[in-house]
Amino acid sequence: MNHLPLIIKREYMTKVRNKSFIIMTFVSPLIMIALISVVAYLTQLNNDKKRTISILDQSGLFTNVFQNTDNTTYSFLQEVNLEEAKTIINESGGYGLMHIGPIPEGQAVPQIFKFYSEDSPSLTVISSLENTIERELQEVKLLQDGLDIDRINATRTSIDIVQESYEGEQSSKIDNVLKLAFGGIAGYLLFMFIIIYGNMIMRSVIEEKTSRIIEVIISSVKPIQLMMGKIIGTSLAGVTQFAIWAVLGAVLLILVSAIFGVDMAQVNTPQQQMVMESMQNQNADQMAVNIINAINNLPLTNLVVAFMFFFIGGYLLYSSIYAAIGAAVDNETDTQQFMLPILMPLILAVYVGVFTVIEDPHGTVSTVFSFIPLTSPVVMLMRIPFGVPIWQQLLSLVLLIGTFSITVWFAAKIYRVGILMFGKKPTYKELFKWLKY
Amino acid sequence: MSALLEANLVSKHYGNFTALNKVSISVPKGSIFGLLGPNGAGKTTLIRIINQITMPDEGEVHLDGQILRSEHIRDIGYLPEERGLYKSMKVGEQALYLAQLKGMTKAEAKSRLEYWFKKFEIQDWWGKKIQELSKGQAQKIQFIVTVLHQPKLLIFDEPFSGFDPINANQIKDEIHQLREEGATVIFSTHRMESVEELCDHIALIHKSNKVLDGPLLDIKREFKSNSFEVGLVTEQADTVLKQIEERFKVLPAQFKSLNDDLKLVVKSHEAVNPNEVLSFLTSKAQVNHFVEVVPSANDIFIQTIENH
Repeated sequence: MNHLPLIIKREYMTKVRNKSFIIMTFVSPLIMIALISVVAYLTQLNNDKKRTISILDQSGLFTNVFQNTDNTTYSFLQEVNLEEAKTIINESGGYGLMHIGPIPEGQAVPQIFKFYSEDSPSLTVISSLENTIERELQEVKLLQDGLDIDRINATRTSIDIVQESYEGEQSSKIDNVLKLAFGGIAGYLLFMFIIIYGNMIMRSVIEEKTSRIIEVIISSVKPIQLMMGKIIGTSLAGVTQFAIWAVLGAVLLILVSAIFGVDMAQVNTPQQQMVMESMQNQNADQMAVNIINAINNLPLTNLVVAFMFFFIGGYLLYSSIYAAIGAAVDNETDTQQFMLPILMPLILAVYVGVFTVIEDPHGTVSTVFSFIPLTSPVVMLMRIPFGVPIWQQLLSLVLLIGTFSITVWFAAKIYRVGILMFGKKPTYKELFKWLKY
Repeated sequence: MSALLEANLVSKHYGNFTALNKVSISVPKGSIFGLLGPNGAGKTTLIRIINQITMPDEGEVHLDGQILRSEHIRDIGYLPEERGLYKSMKVGEQALYLAQLKGMTKAEAKSRLEYWFKKFEIQDWWGKKIQELSKGQAQKIQFIVTVLHQPKLLIFDEPFSGFDPINANQIKDEIHQLREEGATVIFSTHRMESVEELCDHIALIHKSNKVLDGPLLDIKREFKSNSFEVGLVTEQADTVLKQIEERFKVLPAQFKSLNDDLKLVVKSHEAVNPNEVLSFLTSKAQVNHFVEVVPSANDIFIQTIENH
């Protein structure tokens, strides 16, 4: 008798109707959005802060160089020496004092620039000062050497190296960023999914043990059916939750931006700004075109198909281990000793993905880890956007499915024995013995 | 009477531990069969094998003449000793779910449930969660779920634990009635008084082996100890006692009587006609009380276990 649909339905309904699940589903996007909004708002507040930077220029070169911006006002000090200037600024409460000493003869990069302030100045302020000074110094030097600045500016060009494989697939810098994003999101999603819903499966197995209903149930259904029903039901609940999060998140984000006028895109960290600066040679229109081209260049069909298979395979593999652990123990505190072997490969996979795949998507380390079944789902998902030969994907998938089948078989054995064992915390040795019962 | 369930030389090992050693039982159709034994004897293992929760290493089990198959699940109703229900699930939904797992359709299950809920007058529990019920109330639901699909074979493991005397009686009556309606019952318990009340056959398992089985009355006959509880009225109690002790083994006895009696258990060393004992006693004193001691299930249990 096949009771699988019935079990899946019950597991799904129980999960979905559970109060804490409902609260989690609807409240966590709210909390997330609230947090992001607060951060965005505070950042904006910070950027909006008016700063006055005083400049004491003893070289006489930078008189007209510092232009006031929305946030920063430059005031020039004249006819004071450095010590007096420091006292004045300190007492008047300005943001800081930029001191440019007189230029000594014959030094290439004069060490005459100093910034005095009460608190250490922000990274962006310093780098913007440095930029201004560097540009001006460069121009001064070019002038000294008798070169025409306008002509030099006219020769500035922007290039984007087109990368092309022998098969004729083109890619560019933006492509790589996008590939990383796709791969990273896919891998991270799987990681999160396994941790959240794997735990949920484990808890639900433990609940059946502690409520002692388990023996009633398995006098009607085969343990493996119960286990698979649990895994599938919980996963469907998980997919539902993720879908609601995605929709709710998007809607809320739009709403919040519209209502409070907080532009989420402006939540920039200094690192992001540097990335933006390096890209600013291209104008906005061209960038949009490039991004669309880049998305088209991605192996989208492959990506989607592989995502489904590796996601499902990886998730089932881990969740059957979670189910077996749940069956082996009596309460959640006893699960600790068995969690490590699950978390280790998972975390390893994410580390390999983040550090190695980005650096060298087809290097030895990345390739090997994209075959080892416990790490392959995450690592392979991160590699695929960079173009992985089909045979590699298939081989990895075959290995994954093979391991999955073996693991489910082992898990079912542990599950079958474990769900009827009460009152003691098993050791690994005992678990091994259960496999032989 | 043909057997509904037959286990032939069933063995089960867990590693080096033998949980069941070539145990055979035969449960007659329409009987209430007591499966007895001390803790850890192997009763639960046998019951789990009958329920196909675990598979035997050796031997086989027949239900209604056929080797046990997974289709037989719907012919068996099992109330385990370790039992419970999903705490946060509603009574009605849960009962429907468990009934469907036993192969009933939803509509079928619903009408049967209505019948039982009405019978126990618990219709208002339908929408409650199990955690809102008391332990005894939850046990009632559990009982209903066990018998709902009208199985041929009912297996109850300590069915009365958690019930107050009134509810325990109600359940006892239900078990009797189910048997009258044609069900066969396997009943596992430590409470020997309920064995006396319910069972007509018993099997005793001790240390993984079956040590005793058969109809309860036959077993009682086998275990009769040729003992008689007697109450005597006499002036010369000491002399009479001495005379009796010459022929029989004598133990003190406890029972209620109107006279200031000499109360004894008189035990013959070999099988004896009660008339002989009685006539011997009447020759010595006035006999106010004379009862053959019938071994209780409890006595049989303890005696068998101690002898092994």
